[in-house]
Amino acid sequence: MTTTFDPVQAPPAQSNGKTVITLPSVTVRFAGDSGDGMQLAGTQFTDTSALVGNDISTLPDFPAEIRAPAGTPAGVSGFQVHFSSTDIFTPGDAVDALVAMNPAALKANVKSVKDGGIVIVNEDAFGEKDLKKAGYAVNPVEDGSLKCYRVIKVPINKMTTEAAKDSGLGAKDIDRCKNMFALGLVYWLYGRPMDSTLGFIERKFGKKLPAVAQANALALKAGYHFGETAELFHEQYLVPKAKLAPGKYRKITGNEAIALGMITASKLADKQLVYCSYPITPASDILHELSAHKNFNVVTFQAEDEIAAVGAAIGASFGGALGSTGTSGPGLALKAEAIGLAVMTELPLVVIDVQRGGPSTGLPTKTEQADLFQAMYGRNGECPIPIIAPASPSDCFNAAVEAFTIATKYMTPVILLSDGYLGNGAEPWLIPDVSKLPRITITHPKESNDASGFMPYKRDESHVRPWAIPGTVGLEHRIGGLEKQDGTGNVSYDPANHEHMVRTRQAKVNGIKPAGTDILWTGPKKGQILLVGWGSTFGAIKAATLELQKEGIAVAACHLRYLNPLPARLGEILKAFDHVLVPEMNLGQLRMLLRSKYLVDAKGLNKVRGQPFTITEVVHGAKAVLSGEVEIAVKQDSTSLDVSTGGE
Amino acid sequence: MSVAPLPSNLPVLKPGDYATNQDVRWCPGCGDYSILMQTKKVFAKLGIDRSKTVFISGIGCSSRFPYYMNTYGIHSIHGRAPTFATGLKLARPELNIWMVTGDGDALSIGGNHFMHIIRRNVDVKILLFNNKIYGLTKGQYSPTSEQGKKTKSTPMGAPDYPVRPVSIAIAAEASFAARAIDMDVKHLEYVLERAAKHVGTAFVEIYQNCNIFNDGAFEYATDKATKSDTTLYLEHGKPLVFGKENDKGIRLHAMNPEVVSLREVNQDDLLIHDEKTPEPSLAFLLSRMRYPDFPEPLGVFRDVEHERYVNLVRKQNEEAIAQKGPGDLQKLLTGNETWTVE
Repeated sequence: MTTTFDPVQAPPAQSNGKTVITLPSVTVRFAGDSGDGMQLAGTQFTDTSALVGNDISTLPDFPAEIRAPAGTPAGVSGFQVHFSSTDIFTPGDAVDALVAMNPAALKANVKSVKDGGIVIVNEDAFGEKDLKKAGYAVNPVEDGSLKCYRVIKVPINKMTTEAAKDSGLGAKDIDRCKNMFALGLVYWLYGRPMDSTLGFIERKFGKKLPAVAQANALALKAGYHFGETAELFHEQYLVPKAKLAPGKYRKITGNEAIALGMITASKLADKQLVYCSYPITPASDILHELSAHKNFNVVTFQAEDEIAAVGAAIGASFGGALGSTGTSGPGLALKAEAIGLAVMTELPLVVIDVQRGGPSTGLPTKTEQADLFQAMYGRNGECPIPIIAPASPSDCFNAAVEAFTIATKYMTPVILLSDGYLGNGAEPWLIPDVSKLPRITITHPKESNDASGFMPYKRDESHVRPWAIPGTVGLEHRIGGLEKQDGTGNVSYDPANHEHMVRTRQAKVNGIKPAGTDILWTGPKKGQILLVGWGSTFGAIKAATLELQKEGIAVAACHLRYLNPLPARLGEILKAFDHVLVPEMNLGQLRMLLRSKYLVDAKGLNKVRGQPFTITEVVHGAKAVLSGEVEIAVKQDSTSLDVSTGGE
Repeated sequence: MSVAPLPSNLPVLKPGDYATNQDVRWCPGCGDYSILMQTKKVFAKLGIDRSKTVFISGIGCSSRFPYYMNTYGIHSIHGRAPTFATGLKLARPELNIWMVTGDGDALSIGGNHFMHIIRRNVDVKILLFNNKIYGLTKGQYSPTSEQGKKTKSTPMGAPDYPVRPVSIAIAAEASFAARAIDMDVKHLEYVLERAAKHVGTAFVEIYQNCNIFNDGAFEYATDKATKSDTTLYLEHGKPLVFGKENDKGIRLHAMNPEVVSLREVNQDDLLIHDEKTPEPSLAFLLSRMRYPDFPEPLGVFRDVEHERYVNLVRKQNEEAIAQKGPGDLQKLLTGNETWTVE
């Protein structure tokens, strides 16, 4: 069932004599224990905000432990939503309103709140024990340490219990509805309708667990009405709908977008999708999403390990299907040898890496961009692979379609570099019209009676070999990891042939034409400073560029969607600016590629804290470069930044 | 079903029809030649369609096999052949897929995948050439080498305890497990034919002599003077009898097999082979019998029917289509909740 919401901003049921203030954009963060349902509250708030027509951007932030010790800072789970009446590009720098379900959540998050911002605390969770677990000697709500915020104490536990007492649920189950109470309260605060969440509760629990559905609905409504009637809030805020491009929208996360992009590619190519994966954070949601759409003839295979996953994907590709595997950094490392086989056998393959903090197990639930070198170079031998990096959650859809287009057109593995922030983050997506998407044309050579034999490595003008699939009479051939004689595909140890093949494989990748936009550009074509980025930093860099422009700085942003091969005109572009700054969530990997390829004195703005850049951080970094500073710890809230210069 | 009966008007295939134009590069005298020959014979006998057949291998001497069969083939990477075979079968259930591997490839580096391709019953025929040595890397001990084996990497003898391939296959829920030996070509042909006809994953361990690095590893089982006493040919429904004079048998004593003389024991007291019993304990017990304490069984240990993996996978697609209808892409992209900007 498709529910289409009227784009009209739903007015609050009644303002009840309170002042209604209209704001251009607001950032809210829900924070609590990892068992408190904060991700659900955040997702629901996002859905509702999208449905009332705001632009949205989200940042889910949760610990790797499923249930870290309750009430401790280690177990705090947060969900930040930025919603706006204008175009936005990031989940927001500073928070306008924080919901803290316990002292640990308060402690971990209150620094992000703007001066004068709202802090809603669940006062029922601020007992002596709770404070101690969070490492507070005295109650921060009482000792004046929060005086720069508007602290609002709400007895969320008690109110939830009272609201749901007639649902028939036990005390423990009722307690689990307190996220809905908090959500209801924030809905009221920002004048959002409850319908979408009520519908969600009904769909999720209605039939199977009617008492749970009732309790959650009662808690949600109680939170809303509490905001309306209690004398705690004197103001209510409205954020009008955004002026986005006309059309029909939905909310989408990066991982959903990749899954939908893959199914779309399979339809556009009229080929079966075989997705093979081993569960790994933060990529597993792609496997979950695809598994739910088997009526699209999608085959999903949960392999015994990362290597089996990529091997099965290559096997499927040999059979003529769209073989694909998805993982994160540690899994990409395990797949390296098999990806090399796909390069050698020149078979189509799409490898998705939803990057996370590394090295090793690293920070499984946090974002990072430190796998660029692994994607570029992490294999034995000369082993070039095209790399595509989506710039936003919804762009993951395009990137997935483009990855399959290139993989099949050029008979090559393609790496799609997403990251945890894109994968879990959400934004509005202008739903594409399927009938207008270009088909992906694939041809397989036909049956042959040619006695001289089939030439599996006979190449076309783009150095692409034919994709002959088993079952075709007369085209029987053997491929493998040993070096091939060009043309015949027979095993060859001939030195000249090997050099020819190494250079041919490189030339094929170098000659790849993008299947979509290769550069997302913001600003003038020449000027003082160019910010070069890739992947999920797009939003922060673009927003920072617009801010810097307002201050009269001749700045532009060049965001690369294709990292291998780099866009042909990039060298010229870089030369048109006095300074080049490369903000990355790593220690300067793209910067090193640019410096080595173009001999340009690119500076780096590097952050590896498991969190995306804020706009302010990028603005400070650019200004530091313009003022000629060599080593700067940009202000903002911490030592999170490090402007590194020149040499390595 | 892997092998369909042939229409009578097709040309009769000969073993040579399955040969490629590539020179076979195994060492002269290698047991692999015999296995290649018997495979081609069985393929010709069954009229197996070259264009619908794929040989997939890993790395090692045995893994060169696909280059010598004029079918489709992948010479993949070390230990991972089962993964490529599984993915290919998922994409193309109708293909006839054979996997060729060795004791190092399947049991050492590829031990994990080996277990999973068998327990999933992917419907791939697996030929494991067991020569108890690493040949391609010139003579290190393998997971099937006997304890104490002196090799280049174990000058003081291998400290490792060996594994038994058929035992592992049975423990991994194999629906078909068999053993043959390169020198007994008639029996090898019989076993390969049985494997070809099995519906589901068929595992065949083939004792194979490496005349360069481990010559004579199976001499006890091939030497005319000893082989009747050191091997036992399994036959479904028949008592376990062996010996030059067919005068010895295997009897179960408590939970253990024991060798008995038929001069002292009635044949009715011997173990009867049953390859069809769903319970795998008998097959497992047979797989544990090892020279010199026991004759080593050759033949089919187990041949039962399990649902094939790809059928289960494809049924889910069919069920999803039956429940939700064939996928409507526009509807999928649109999702459940939308809003419109004018």
